[in-house]
Order: sequence, then C-alpha cells, then structure tokens
Amino acid sequence: MITINKKKTGRGLKDAVEKICGVGLSVCFQCKKCSSGCSVAKLAKSRPSEMMRQLHLGAGNELLESDLVWTCASCEICSARCPMGIDVAAVIDALRKLALERGASKPAGNVPLFNRAFLRTVKMFGRTYEIGIVAAYKLGTGKWMNDTEKFPAMLKKRKISLLPPRGGDRKTVGRIFKSSKQNKGPQA
Amino acid sequence: MRYAYFPGCSAESTAQDMHQSTLAVARALGIDLVEPKGWTCCGATAAHQTDPFLAVSLPAANMAKVQDMKLDMVVNCAACFNRMKVANHQIAAHPAMRQQVSEALERDYDGSVKVRHFLEVLLDDVGLKAISRAVKHSLKDLKVACYYGCLLVRPPKILKFDDPENPTSLDRLVKAMGGQSLDWPCKVECCGGGLSLSRTDVVVQLTDSILDMACQTGADCIAVSCPMCQVNLDLRQQDINKQTGKNYQMPIVYITQLVGLCLGLRPEELGFEKLMVPASTVLEKVAAN
Repeated sequence: MITINKKKTGRGLKDAVEKICGVGLSVCFQCKKCSSGCSVAKLAKSRPSEMMRQLHLGAGNELLESDLVWTCASCEICSARCPMGIDVAAVIDALRKLALERGASKPAGNVPLFNRAFLRTVKMFGRTYEIGIVAAYKLGTGKWMNDTEKFPAMLKKRKISLLPPRGGDRKTVGRIFKSSKQNKGPQA
Repeated sequence: MRYAYFPGCSAESTAQDMHQSTLAVARALGIDLVEPKGWTCCGATAAHQTDPFLAVSLPAANMAKVQDMKLDMVVNCAACFNRMKVANHQIAAHPAMRQQVSEALERDYDGSVKVRHFLEVLLDDVGLKAISRAVKHSLKDLKVACYYGCLLVRPPKILKFDDPENPTSLDRLVKAMGGQSLDWPCKVECCGGGLSLSRTDVVVQLTDSILDMACQTGADCIAVSCPMCQVNLDLRQQDINKQTGKNYQMPIVYITQLVGLCLGLRPEELGFEKLMVPASTVLEKVAAN
C-alpha cells in the first residue's frame, strides 16, 4: 500500500527530478518490475515503484526523507528491467541531489558523508585515498571501532596504503571541482 | 595489441591483486598496456550520487588523455569501465553536457574514445582458442561460480557488454581453460557495491545470500572482475561468520588470477597472497593439473 502524505512539504518534486535526470516519469504504469528486482527492497521501507507513484501524485520534499534514497546500492536493475525504458536509478540519483541541496535529514549510515569524504580525497590528490576517506567518515559518524580489526591484515597485505596516492593530474581535477561548485552542484 | 590501460584507484590499494594479475596476464599474452600519464579517479559511485556533472567530467578527464594517445582504452575495474562508458554516452547525447565538460577540461572532448573491458580484449582480440592453446595448467575439476555483479552489465544499452540477465563471458573463459563454470542464479545480483563502509549491514545481507548460493551450488571459488565485488565478498565473510555462526571459506578470485595460473604464472606474480580468504584449494587443484 502506498501512503500519500497530505501535508506536502514544498512544491511537487516531479518537475525538478525530470529536469535533473532528463527522464520522463509519466510513462510509468506501475508494473512494479523495478521493485520486484530491487536488490535492497527487503532492506528498505520504500520501493522504487512507490516512489515513482508518489512523484506522479505530487509528492514534495518529504519524499527526500524516504530511506530508499540512500539505501539504494545503485545496482541499476530497476532501469535495466523497466519495460518503458525509464532510468529509475537516475531518478534516485536526482532525488539524492535534491536531498543534498535541500538539506534533508541524515540517512542511516550517513552515505552522503561517505561520498563527501571520498570526493574530497579525489579533489586533494586526484585519486582516492582510502585511509583519508575512512578517517574523515569515522570522524563524522563517531563509529571508530567499525572494521578496525581488519586494518592490520589489510595493511600487511598492502590492501590499503598509508601514503596518499601520487601522480594524478590534480590541476584538471581541481578545475572540474571548481566548475561543479560554480554550477551549484552539491559540494565535496 | 596495444592499448591505453586505465588501472583505476583501487589498483593502488584494495585491488592491487587485480592490477598485478592483469599486467602479468597481458605480458604473458603479448598485450601491450600503456598507462595514461596523470590518470585520475573516475568518481565512482560517490560522484554520480552527488552531482551529474562530476559523474561525467571526472571520467572524461581521463578519456581526453587517452584520445591524445590514439589508442583504445582498456579498463579492468568494472566500476571505472561503467563510469567511462556512461560518461561517453552522456557527452555524445547531450551537447550542453559536452560543452560544460569541455570548459572544465579546457579542451573539447566529444565522447568518442573507445572504452573496452579487459575481458573483451581476452575474449575478442586474443580469442578463446588462443587462450586454450596457451593453457599450461588447466582448471580441470575446478568448479567456478562466475559472478558479474552490476557494473559490468548494467546499463545494458550503454555498456553492450554481454547479456544483462545471463552473461556468459566469464563462463566461456573458464570453460576454455578447462574448468567447470556453474549454472547458478546470482550472476548479476548486487553485492552492495559502494555501501561497504557506510551501510555494512546491507552489504552483509546481500553478500550472505550470494555466498550461500555459491556454496549450495558446490563452487570451489567465485570468479569476479570487479574490485568492489571482490572486496565485499572476500572481506565480509568474516563479519557474516561472526554474526550468523556460518562458516564461509569461499575464495573470491579475480578472473585474471585464474587466467594467470592457467598460463603457468606463479601465484606470487598474480597477487594471490593478498586475498583475505586464502585460495589454497584453488591453487592446489590447478597446480595438480
């Protein structure tokens, strides 16, 4: 059952979503193939087909609080199986962008913080720096003890390196991040 | 055979074994791989979950470098492969995106660099017959569950890699090397990908069901071609075992590691010691053939 919240927060999101991802949502006829295939359906409260319907019915910012927005693993089964060719995964990405821009609440596991930490190392070094990502993420979430038992083995096997990466073209990457900022993309 | 080879960030950290085995296999088969100077991160999942422009321009920066090399781009990381091809598609299909990207790169990039996965080079350019002929130790009696995950096959219209629901590239390769590729239903299931650290709970659940199915199918190992799948399936076994009382000891090997073994390369040359779950059963079986 889909519950529609009558107390809509802000204007409907459908137009904004369509503008960001360039995907027309109106052709969805609720066959639910996306939800049947969804890798995380059993782990999230909402389903992709429900979110599509909610967008049709004029849902506003409250949809950005839906747990699927950040539990989605971006596996793209939904897009691959949609009989109408709707790129459902791109719709979820657009909802993420709006969630960041409009300051939606922190989701479980604070995935946006992880993404920021990830992109910040790319901005600094041109390539990802695992220890930097993990440290920034743990500092933000306070979950210091998660996975610590794996670190010694990973270091010993050199699966993570202590020193940041070298050799990446930081100049070009710097311009890309600057341009993203000017285009008012969410900030890394 | 000469290609511009994009290693990707994980080649320098969690997937050194993938990188090492790719280079070793290429050397053994006479494939010349040249790294583009100054290559940078493709942005991976973090970029496309944050900003569509970052998701296209970060890969494009690398493809512009490859364009100058006048070579096809070869990628072995499924995630980088995916982001490169999707970025090419976006740039070719959307003039506004092309312009915006070109401004940031301070040069025009038209989305035309040919991006190929290393598996495609093995299957199409080297060919299964040539690989069969080069096999020194066969995979005879080795039951391999080939796992493709998401990023190699989806979005199918853009990647055009293989059948998106029942891909066979890895299976054909395993068979060509004398192994038994298993018919199992988890080939294109998701391992949780980039949620490894932020939503370990999700990754543990998804990898548990994949590992469970591989065990039930009787697999000796799971063969992968994606660093994210490898890390999630390999590293999370100890978490699953601790949380559920199960006892998974399933080796998660890169297909390039298996190819290398068959070509007679030593396990040390292929990064086998880096796997968290040791692949000793695989090594013993192959060495005996």
